[in-house]
Amino acid sequence: MVALLTQAINLFAAILLMLAFAMITQRRVLNLVHLFTAQGLTLVAATLDVGYLTAQHHLYVSAGATFLLKVVVLPILLHRLINRLQVRWDVEPLLNTPLTMLAGILLVVFAFNLASPIAALSSSIARSTLGIALASVLLSFMMMITRAKALPQVIGFLSMENSLFFAATAATNGMPMLVELGIALDVLMGFLILGVFMFQIREQFDSLDIHHLERLRED
Amino acid sequence: MLQFAVALAAAPLLTGWVNQWRARLQNKKAPSLLQPYHALRKLLYKEPVAAESASPLFLATPYIVFGCMLLACGIVPALSTDLPLAPAADAIALVGLFAVARVFISLAAMDVGTAFGTMGARREMLIGFLAEPALLMALFSASLITHSTSLPAIVQKMAHSRLEIFPSMAFAGIAFTIVSLAENARVPVDNPATHLELTMVHEALTLEYSARHLALLEWAASLKLFAYSCIGLALFFPWGVAEVDAPLALAYSVPALALKLAIGGFLLALIETVSAKMRIFRVPEFLATAFLLAVIGLLVHELLGA
Amino acid sequence: MDRMLDLDRILTVIAIWVGIGCVALVAPRRTRFVAHGLFPLSALLSLALAASAVHGLFMPPHSAVLLVGLPGLPFHLRMDSLSAFFLAVTGVTSAGTSIFSAGYVRKGEGTAPGLQCLQYHLFLAAMALVVLADDAYAFMVAWEGMALASFFLVTANHRVPSIRRAGYIYLLLAHIGAIAILLCFGVLQANTGDFTFVNLRAQSLPPFWASTAFVLAVIGFGAKVGIVPLHVWLPEAHPAAPSPVSALMSGIMLKTSAYALLRVSFDLLHLPSWWWGALVLGLGLLTALYGVVFTTVQTDMKRLLAFSSIEHMGLIFVSVGLALMFRSYGMRALAALALTAGLLHVAAHALFKSLLFLATGSVLHATGERNLGKLGGLIRYMPWVAWLSLVGALAASGLPPLAGFVSEWLLLQTFLFTTNLPTSFLNMLVPLVAAAVALVAALSAYAMVKFFGVIFLGQPREEKLQHARDASRFERIGLAWLAAASIALGLAPILAIDGIDRVTRLLTGFGLAETVHANGWLLLAPTSIQRASYSPIIFLLVVTASIAFAAIVVRILYSGRVRRAPAWDCGFPQQTARMQDTSEGFGQPIRQIFEAFFWMRRDLPSAFDARPRYRVVIEDRFWHWIYQPVQHAVDRAARLAGRVQQGRISIYLLYSFVTLVVMLLLVGR
Repeated sequence: MVALLTQAINLFAAILLMLAFAMITQRRVLNLVHLFTAQGLTLVAATLDVGYLTAQHHLYVSAGATFLLKVVVLPILLHRLINRLQVRWDVEPLLNTPLTMLAGILLVVFAFNLASPIAALSSSIARSTLGIALASVLLSFMMMITRAKALPQVIGFLSMENSLFFAATAATNGMPMLVELGIALDVLMGFLILGVFMFQIREQFDSLDIHHLERLRED
Repeated sequence: MLQFAVALAAAPLLTGWVNQWRARLQNKKAPSLLQPYHALRKLLYKEPVAAESASPLFLATPYIVFGCMLLACGIVPALSTDLPLAPAADAIALVGLFAVARVFISLAAMDVGTAFGTMGARREMLIGFLAEPALLMALFSASLITHSTSLPAIVQKMAHSRLEIFPSMAFAGIAFTIVSLAENARVPVDNPATHLELTMVHEALTLEYSARHLALLEWAASLKLFAYSCIGLALFFPWGVAEVDAPLALAYSVPALALKLAIGGFLLALIETVSAKMRIFRVPEFLATAFLLAVIGLLVHELLGA
Repeated sequence: MDRMLDLDRILTVIAIWVGIGCVALVAPRRTRFVAHGLFPLSALLSLALAASAVHGLFMPPHSAVLLVGLPGLPFHLRMDSLSAFFLAVTGVTSAGTSIFSAGYVRKGEGTAPGLQCLQYHLFLAAMALVVLADDAYAFMVAWEGMALASFFLVTANHRVPSIRRAGYIYLLLAHIGAIAILLCFGVLQANTGDFTFVNLRAQSLPPFWASTAFVLAVIGFGAKVGIVPLHVWLPEAHPAAPSPVSALMSGIMLKTSAYALLRVSFDLLHLPSWWWGALVLGLGLLTALYGVVFTTVQTDMKRLLAFSSIEHMGLIFVSVGLALMFRSYGMRALAALALTAGLLHVAAHALFKSLLFLATGSVLHATGERNLGKLGGLIRYMPWVAWLSLVGALAASGLPPLAGFVSEWLLLQTFLFTTNLPTSFLNMLVPLVAAAVALVAALSAYAMVKFFGVIFLGQPREEKLQHARDASRFERIGLAWLAAASIALGLAPILAIDGIDRVTRLLTGFGLAETVHANGWLLLAPTSIQRASYSPIIFLLVVTASIAFAAIVVRILYSGRVRRAPAWDCGFPQQTARMQDTSEGFGQPIRQIFEAFFWMRRDLPSAFDARPRYRVVIEDRFWHWIYQPVQHAVDRAARLAGRVQQGRISIYLLYSFVTLVVMLLLVGR
């Protein structure tokens, strides 16, 4: 049973990476939110797993908080935003899909290479998944760069935070509760502010296409 | 040897099963399970007609494609791993076998020189050029884990290893599903029941064939679906395959295979029903996704050692 | 005749070749004599060369010293397993080409047939000498001889300006490569002044100079092979040359460069660093991908084959790079495996590419067209050429059980066993490289389907194609020989591996023959049957048996004759030959996916054009990135230097005067 759970951590890491890739290639915003919810669930499962294996009970609490925040609250807020802003589809991203995936693979190779020596120093049970977590962070960042509408960029930001959380679990068996609560609060605040911004952008330019923001410069 | 006979007999049955479930899921009255057999028999008794400009290559291709698919069914360990022909062709040669069939059928489609035939040939080669490396990479994931490219050896090692979860196989699994859908001309890549010329890929290739040639090609298509299903089962669900060619072991493996294929067929029909057919210029992106997922599977294997 | 050493036999063959060329010079315009007398003789000599070479493969190395050349600088020649292998490939391929030329040569196309015969044989002799050379001097003489002879052959139709231009670019890049090779040899001899390979081998250079020599070798030999970005001459020169010459160039000349790189990196520079292999691997992969993408969008049949040659040479470089990398880590068994894959690919490519080029020669002579948009349906009028080039096209696609598949199979096996390289970065790159190789192989199948389908299948796109006549007898023999050889290589790779084993033992100290033989002659299993095995003969037999089974069963059930009717095409009544896919159309999906590789100019018709026209011109990006800027820079520099020429005599006299004064000043000091 223990062996199965240990391998399950690798599986969750792989699922996380898969979801990050799926998010890069998705065009429909609704699907992006579903993928984000799935990412949250994977995170919860992984945290519970690590918590059970290392018998650290604060990870259970952290898993519960993650569930509440990332699987319930944030997706509900995102759905409401989508309904009010009436976004359905994304415009063509900056790079076409195969090129984006190719760039993603190069980032994955880079992240894996970077993570190997660091992982050797860690004492966590999930240390081999550090490379995957790092790769997910980079992929989410790339998603933020290559998208042309505001909402997918926000989702990319949230997904980056998810991956960082997983990286923390992998490297150090979970962060201290205070740090986690602080990060969670930060993310929530950031999200609310971005939500407000999106309405403002919409008011000003009548569309959420970020190309319109390029008009705001010294000319 | 038994595996050849089983494959020949059972492949149209699998196609019939998938068609039945597709109809039921779409709320239609399902055709009989033996409908493909009736179709084959009807075709065999008709008079073959070929275009005036068709060359011997056109007439020989159905036999060649049929022969290739039969060999493919013979080397995939579906019933047992004790296959006499297995040393002749390993996983890479299996992919090459599918490539031979694809090249010949594309050439035959170009032979008559009609607009739809050549268009079908172009699309088939387009799907093939992305699907073949993806399939190869998915097979490689299994090969890296089991340190062998021989299919019976892969099945043996994977069936015997403790219940392990291989993350790289998860990636390979998704890639293999996508490739399988593409190569067998299923929705979302190609609609096997379409009669609209501009949406055809596989149908366009068999457009000019009739009677016994068409029967052979349809049978070969069923064999291809059977072979792909068996490969998928062998890689991802290898339990229940007989190790030795003994009658007792076979008595256990035949029902196991039937059960696995039945579930697989149902899932295929389900996927076909809930997906919409993609526009043709989205298909390369779809297949590129499969290819890159398979490559990531390999990379994950390198990282995690699993 | 007393026992002659293999080397002596081969040298005799070379001498007779040169003799044949000189004989042809005597009567340059007597086509029948040249074609039906001299070329078949030369083909027989090629067979003798191949036989001696195969025999010499298993013998210890022989050396000879020819007192040709300057006094004090004789030619040192040596035949070891590496040379013998390449000579065998040369012999078999040139036998086919020479017999084909017997039927192909005709007058009235620029250079006289006798003169072409002379240049052809000098070319063959030079290529054989390059492989045999044992000192840098002989090597360079033979190399330059090869370049010059092929230049004259490429510009055989020198009345056409585009062909002259192609020859000029070819010569230019050949000499840029030659400069790099000269510098490489200069570095290798390390100030000892003795250029024999024996001495070069004995030198142990410090790592910096060894790396410099290696990079120079890669540049020099890479230019001759067609490595990106030095590849621009290949798509110009191969189509311009007459088809037997293109076959020789693609089939043999490119391989001599691969031979030279192997010789310099494995033999002369003993211990490679790991990044040498990675460099060659990367360049090879880039070349392969670039070549195959361009292959699929070509509209000229010989340019298509030229780019396909670039792609296959890229794959060979990938194998060589892998072998170098393994050798640098001391993994000899894997290095031998990679090298075996590369050498098998060398042999296979020589055979099937020559076959394809010769077939295009027949098509060109029969129809007068090189453009794919004006061909089609030739399988009906030229059945011999069509069926034999089907063999070539299938082999080029890397399909089992033919020759192209075995080398690809071995290469992929090598990738599977490389999970424990010391550098983790390289470990991760290996799956990517394997994926890229698989992609290249799949795309080359696409290109070959396009090639064969557009030329031979379908409806004829021009009226005059119906008058195309099939190849003459000599041409058929040549094509059949090459097709049979590539089928034989595909079905019995183990025999070839026996020979290659000697070469890999020489270069890496390990050979595959033992493990291969341990599993019987029918199966090819490089390590063990459990891990991987492939048997082309059984494969072919079973597929044939299945086909026969199907045919018999179907015939029993219903044996009716096929009735012929107009093509169905979903009932569309008026079909013309222009409705089928053009070659541009066939390549359009690839063009769309790989848009970033090309430099495209498109003229699209608008909806209001009375006579709508559609034009796409696809060019190589490297012309615009590298060659045109270099050309402009050289132009400017030349213009600057040209200012020295003022045109007035007093200024020229002033130059002489100033020089005299300066020299007097310097001497007087």
